Amino acid sequence: MPKDDGIGASTKRREDVRFLTGNGKYTDDINLRGQCFVHFLRSDVAHGRIRGIDTSAAEGMDGVLKVFTAADFETAGGLPCGWQVTDRFGEVMQEPKHPILAEGKVRHVGDPICAVVAETYEQARDAAEAIEVDIEQLEAVVDMKAALAEGAPKVHDELTSNLCYDWGFVEENKDAVNAAFESAAHVVSLELTNNRLVANPMEPRVAVGDYDPWGDSHTLYTTSQNPHVIRLLMGAFVLNIPEHKLRVVAPDVGGGFGSKIYHYAEEAFCTYAAKVLKRPVKWTSSRSEAFISDAHGRDHKTKIELALDADHNFTALRTETYANMGAYLSTFAPSIPTWLHGTLMAGNYKTPLIYVNVKAVFTNTVPVDAYRGAGRPEATFQIERLVDKAARELGVDPIELRRKNFIKADEFPYQTPVAVVYDTGNYHATMDKMLELADYAGFEARRAESAKHGKLRGFGIAHYIEACGIAPSNLVGQLGARAGLYESASVRVNATGSISVYTGSHSHGQGHETSFAQVVADMIGVDANSIEIHHGDTSNTPMGMGTYGSRSLAVGGSAIVKATNKIIDKAKKIAAHLLEAAPEDIELKDGKFSVAGTDKSVDWSGVTLAAYVPHNYPLEDLEPGLEETAFYDPSNFTYPSGAYGCEIELDPETGKIDILRFIAADDFGNIVNPMIVEGQVHGGLAQGIGQALLENCAYDDEGQLLSGSFMDYAMPRADDVRGFTVDHSCITPCTHNPLGVKGCGEAGAIGSPPAVVNAAIDALHRAGHTHVTHIDMPLTPARVWAAMKA
Amino acid sequence: MHNFDFVKPSSVAEAVAALANEDALPLSGGQTLIPSMKARLNAPETLVSLTGIDELKGVCVDGGSLVIGAATTHATVAAEAASHFPGLAALAGQIGDPAVRNRGTLGGSLANNDPSACYPAAALGTGATVVTNTREIAADDYFQGMFTTALEEGEIITSVRFPIAEKSAYAKFLQPASRFALTGVFVAKYASGVRVAVTGASENGVFRWAEAEAALSQDFSADAIADLKCSPDEMISDLHGTPEYRAHLVGVMTRRAVAAAR
Repeated sequence: MPKDDGIGASTKRREDVRFLTGNGKYTDDINLRGQCFVHFLRSDVAHGRIRGIDTSAAEGMDGVLKVFTAADFETAGGLPCGWQVTDRFGEVMQEPKHPILAEGKVRHVGDPICAVVAETYEQARDAAEAIEVDIEQLEAVVDMKAALAEGAPKVHDELTSNLCYDWGFVEENKDAVNAAFESAAHVVSLELTNNRLVANPMEPRVAVGDYDPWGDSHTLYTTSQNPHVIRLLMGAFVLNIPEHKLRVVAPDVGGGFGSKIYHYAEEAFCTYAAKVLKRPVKWTSSRSEAFISDAHGRDHKTKIELALDADHNFTALRTETYANMGAYLSTFAPSIPTWLHGTLMAGNYKTPLIYVNVKAVFTNTVPVDAYRGAGRPEATFQIERLVDKAARELGVDPIELRRKNFIKADEFPYQTPVAVVYDTGNYHATMDKMLELADYAGFEARRAESAKHGKLRGFGIAHYIEACGIAPSNLVGQLGARAGLYESASVRVNATGSISVYTGSHSHGQGHETSFAQVVADMIGVDANSIEIHHGDTSNTPMGMGTYGSRSLAVGGSAIVKATNKIIDKAKKIAAHLLEAAPEDIELKDGKFSVAGTDKSVDWSGVTLAAYVPHNYPLEDLEPGLEETAFYDPSNFTYPSGAYGCEIELDPETGKIDILRFIAADDFGNIVNPMIVEGQVHGGLAQGIGQALLENCAYDDEGQLLSGSFMDYAMPRADDVRGFTVDHSCITPCTHNPLGVKGCGEAGAIGSPPAVVNAAIDALHRAGHTHVTHIDMPLTPARVWAAMKA
Repeated sequence: MHNFDFVKPSSVAEAVAALANEDALPLSGGQTLIPSMKARLNAPETLVSLTGIDELKGVCVDGGSLVIGAATTHATVAAEAASHFPGLAALAGQIGDPAVRNRGTLGGSLANNDPSACYPAAALGTGATVVTNTREIAADDYFQGMFTTALEEGEIITSVRFPIAEKSAYAKFLQPASRFALTGVFVAKYASGVRVAVTGASENGVFRWAEAEAALSQDFSADAIADLKCSPDEMISDLHGTPEYRAHLVGVMTRRAVAAAR
């Protein structure tokens, strides 16, 4: 049994008290003395040449302090891209400049042209309306294949084309893969779209720039998942501010889902303008602005093919994907369709030969980057839709086809043909668990009951693998990352025994303040309430890489374990001195140090007090104090996996799909806080179901966003997701991190879209609509109805 | 939002006088006007609130009609009309969400005449009379295309008279994002015949489906219109549905409304 607040306990989230009572401290709650406000005048056309900007009227308006244009940023760098992909011919990707304010051209609706700073936000908006921008509208490229056609308008005039890169993986396998298709007994293929999404965290982005002229130092308060990364990117590459003169603070952050990883123009603007104006400058995004300025997610078009032998063993897989980059390269955009996508194309299966081709394309749309799952949902959706289609075409049970090709529990560690080595997993176990929880055996009876009411019931399955805990720094460096991907922690034990932990991870809803404290409490054997977790401020946390990719516990938690072990080692030495014993004879249990085999002991606070009041202390051998820092660089990714089952009812008259049951049987390795894990899965499922049924970021041919507000962009609501069965009892611990944990934040969003779509196709086929082999997400009622009628 | 003056008269006469200023706009529940002002799509100099006028509020039975004050909220109609006119109350009870229903009003909805709003279907489907400060307008004359009505500049809806149906129901198929009606159908059966009004589907706003009315007046059953098809001509085409889909939904929702009518 876990202790009340140790590892394995469903401790209630301590941060929720302030969140739920309206006492969270978010960036927009920060108001500095003398603060002024910026409003960005954004392009309302997707592509155009700026012939002239007349700011004179605006500059004379009430309250206006300054109107900035690109000319004010001539000495600043562009927003940097953090990952360089090398294409299949050995050439590096095309990497255009991403200016803070548009230089010469606008490239998407929402591209900022001018920034008006005024005493009030309304004054800044009023003045922005008085700016005259003369734009020669150019033909926009929106469709990826059209963007690559000969003679297509170029998003960036200085590039050779709209192709960012043409990536092949594993390029050396290409011929062998093609040969395997030539000799295959069966080939199954599918063309599909992974729909573009808008992250829409509850809290829109905010930035407050502050400048201290006496210390020539800058502070940026921002809605970020990774303040140290922002400090490095903005300081070193954009504004030329050394780290010791730049503090970045990301306080409470209301959700990110990836969209708050990246360094955005508004952050650099507020930091820079605060120095120019000698006043704090604040920007708060409106929801409408978020739709056209936050990085979008997904947006892949793929053709995928699977080769099978006569016994239905998978023999080869190949894909051709077009990945939309949008108008500029967002911070980690190039890595998503490549290294976070291609390396997962083996799925849970023993497919020996795989070739993935990805063409990344510039278009006149908002930049696209990581969104919950980032590359792995795209991979999983392709594989799990295709395997389902294969089963249908071959006339075999989709569960049995999966089981036949699964990597077996005794085959780990498993080297895939796409570079990665899965350390552990048991896919048969998660599949069995899901089917048991789903009462799959009772499905036929439930289907018959639905049929009596004129509804089509279907059951869809997906099994996913993901790579989390990004990542070994030396490996990602070889793959083009321009950053290390370790994590850091400092554990400061105070004199009376309470503990302050400073983590390089960042919590924006994940509950780190609770679960990280559980880890330390469990290791030392003290009350978790005596432990405080600090994050989000570069001035007091060690250089850390932040939170994304389900990495915080696996990487950040491991750093905390490492630092805590250093603390325990030193504390044992102090205890040994106090107890007049050898350090190796000291045992720590339940917050008490004792000498093995004796009744001599000293409690935790006795040791911590000795560390800071070292009257009786081995000063010649040991420094006073009890504070340790550790950096943890993982030796591999972690590989969570799981089986998802979705049971739906489809109304054949309207095409509307209702999800009746959703079962998630995940293997996350060891679990620190089951309640938080369950919540993370719930959230991921809601987003995955949102992608599958509702969410659709759509542009028209001229690059105007058709779903630019919640009136047209459908977010999942409570009644769209009526309850889930979540299980994480199938555990194969990660073998290479000290907690044996794998990560749970993205799983729901990765595994659920194919389960939902497979359920819809299943319902249609069982009802005789066998001509419907695929419907692109979101499966809106209109699309389902049209597919049935086709 | 731009600055504006705000007045809150306590009588219709005062409100009419305040609206004589050509840059003044009436404000009822504000569920459309306020968001459009926040987006700077609308910038009146003066907002004349109609929610402080007692004579514009309330639900009462007058002969065979239910009379509802124009400034009565959807939530009030949902609660107070339930025993008198369940089909109408049910329609009011599924507009928007609780916040919208507790602010939004009948008069505001009809004056705006959003092509996807619910109340226009009820007004046209019952053959209601729109009563203003100057006259009475039959619903058949009132709705003149999306966002267009017979109201004159400065004219205020004071109440609406809904003839109480023998049986009625509203069947609404939700647009997944806004949850306005992607297609909504109000069906009402009277001694004189059946009325069928459709919202959400047509580029011309709410309309009556004459063929269905004729068939249902003969035989008030879903089967009577099982094979009846509505034309997709001039239906709305957008992200959420093609004209063909909307036309199809008109049939489905009409049959469901008939089946549910009580």
